[in-house]
Amino acid sequence: MMPPPVHPQVPLSPPPGPSSPTLIGYLWRWLLGFPFVVRVRGLAMGTVSWGRALVTAVPFLWLLLFFGLPFLVVLKLSFSQAVLAQPPYTPLFSWAEDGIMVLRINFQNYLLLVQDSLYWVAYLNSLRIAAIATVCCLLLGYPMAYAISKAKAEFRIPLLMLIILPFWTSFLIRVYAWIGILKNNGLLNNFLLWLGVIDDPLPLMHTDFSVLIGIVYSYLPFMVLPLYATLSRMDESLLEAAADLGCRPGKAFLTITLPLSMPGVIAGSMLVFIPSVGEFVIPDLLGGPNTLMIGKVLWTEFFSNKDWPVASAVAVATLLLLVVPIVRFQKAQEETAKKTEEGRT
Amino acid sequence: MPVAQGARMRASQNLEAWQDPKARPIVQIENVTKAFGSHYAVDSVSLEIFQGEFFSLLGASGCGKTTLLRMLAGLETPDSGHIVIDGADMTHVPPYRRPVNMMFQSYALFPHMTVEQNIAFGLKQEGASKAQIKERVGEMLRLVRLEPYAKRRPHQLSGGQRQRVALARSLAKHPRLLLLDEPLGALDKKLREHTQFELVNIQEQLGTTFIMVTHDQEEAMTMSTRIAVMDEGRILQIGSPSTIYEYPATRYVADFIGSVNLFDGRVISEEGGLVFVHCDEVGATMAIAHGEPLIAGTPVSVALRPEKMTVTDIKPESDVNVLRGVVSEIAYLGDVSIYYVALPNKTLVHVQLTNLARHTSSPLTWEQEVWLTWEPENGVVLQT
Repeated sequence: MMPPPVHPQVPLSPPPGPSSPTLIGYLWRWLLGFPFVVRVRGLAMGTVSWGRALVTAVPFLWLLLFFGLPFLVVLKLSFSQAVLAQPPYTPLFSWAEDGIMVLRINFQNYLLLVQDSLYWVAYLNSLRIAAIATVCCLLLGYPMAYAISKAKAEFRIPLLMLIILPFWTSFLIRVYAWIGILKNNGLLNNFLLWLGVIDDPLPLMHTDFSVLIGIVYSYLPFMVLPLYATLSRMDESLLEAAADLGCRPGKAFLTITLPLSMPGVIAGSMLVFIPSVGEFVIPDLLGGPNTLMIGKVLWTEFFSNKDWPVASAVAVATLLLLVVPIVRFQKAQEETAKKTEEGRT
Repeated sequence: MPVAQGARMRASQNLEAWQDPKARPIVQIENVTKAFGSHYAVDSVSLEIFQGEFFSLLGASGCGKTTLLRMLAGLETPDSGHIVIDGADMTHVPPYRRPVNMMFQSYALFPHMTVEQNIAFGLKQEGASKAQIKERVGEMLRLVRLEPYAKRRPHQLSGGQRQRVALARSLAKHPRLLLLDEPLGALDKKLREHTQFELVNIQEQLGTTFIMVTHDQEEAMTMSTRIAVMDEGRILQIGSPSTIYEYPATRYVADFIGSVNLFDGRVISEEGGLVFVHCDEVGATMAIAHGEPLIAGTPVSVALRPEKMTVTDIKPESDVNVLRGVVSEIAYLGDVSIYYVALPNKTLVHVQLTNLARHTSSPLTWEQEVWLTWEPENGVVLQT
């Protein structure tokens, strides 16, 4: 018998740059498709096969082209200054005399975000509304997903179709339709007046409430689908085992079903929370002048104030605001997974 | 196949509670029927199981054995009939209120809990104190020899270790009755043989009544005190492993347990406790010892186990219990050799001979004319 060939100890992911990457370093690595770079290195060393490299290269190139590069453009814009010109911002690099290139980095836009309470309030309000909407979606979506996963096999597909069906209508039209329902002489108020429950129409439109309704309605399928995927894959015999061991159905739900559906809960919450924070159309159509959301602020800066640099700074800040917690969260999850792996006495 | 060799021998007779008329059964299944659509999974089954038994429900897949087990656990409700456990009617009692625990075929371990937490789950439902739970979990971990793995999760264990966690979890609550659904089905052959004895030892140590579902006849023979052979939702025969093997009640049982040669014929006469059966097909008269009287002309089958016949190249004097044929195949298995003998009507009969000496100059070879003989006590008459 030949001894197995001994591979030289090749570190697959050598530490790039400083050993403890700064936040910016982390972002850069992520944005520039860091794993792709590692793959290319692995390819040169013969540790990664060409087929696998090719398969992973496509999405990374796609992200680089349609996310990485545009983000760099926005990042560059955010460090420039607004001017009344075409284009309406100053260039980052300019030629001074005697062949000297001048790099002008303008931090004013970011300072403005910190100093002007408008932006802070808008950020916090966006986070607040997105958080409430996520919780509402979860409370509504979980029973729906649970019911579909427990329904007879022949009903599951039609029920799922009902969840997906609204996507066949334009998102804009669906949000517009809510105006017809929520406005002062809309369907809901007229119905309540007719019932005699209220004497004057409720001011439902142009409030945080109407924005919440719009967001919850629009993003509910994004909560239901991942939840359904996790719940329908759950092993039915686990609940039988719980019952066999003396656990009542209600308690079995809390101790078995709920913990095991957490991946679906997290995935659904992310899918609802992240786009909700930057949502523009819904607060614009359903919200009022007091509904400050960062997506709307960004739009105003860009189109009304024609201040591209400030709008870019808002966009970059929003991204950081969302990316950092997600990355942290994912790292925490990986660590818990590692800990379970090492969990032995 | 040397099936009966592994049969579990009970030293003392008093363990055979089913033969004691005063014994009160721990499980009474009375006329239980369960249908799925128009298919009868369990068809009016009645059964009594006694304290301390290791009872096996044996049958091919789809014979209703698992459905019967699930009805005992409360996971299915019978359409009609009664299930009485420990004197209490349990027919419509939900699983979480039954004094019964089950070990699932897939083990159904909770993936988000450690080994310890899995075993403690049932005790927690009872509202046992922390100290009680800790003590009992420790006891169970010792029983299945998994103490070093207490903090691991199911996915970090091997198949055999998971099987033992499932066993420990189902035994933690001191069930009056433990149900095992193909407990060794997911293990490889070597581990399965080892685990069979381990399971039997644990059962004897605890004295808990075990009811096991299996499709593996060897497993059932090795481990059980009694076996119920099931087919198409009905119980065909209940008995100890040796009874089932030596005195099968029907053709199906004879064929399902071990291997057997079956000959169809008619009763000619009966004298001195021997039944004379003539088989037209092979043109032979067979004399078989049989306890019950049979009327001449009754169609019957004669079952002959391969190891209960002898094969010789010298023509016997008698013409009763003799079959003439030609050696068609010889399978040398080391401990035994199996001779496939072709009768004149092309029927293949297999005969098993033990290779007692290392160099037997076996006179039998291919295409040789041979005679098969057997003693009247070694055959079984089956009514069809």
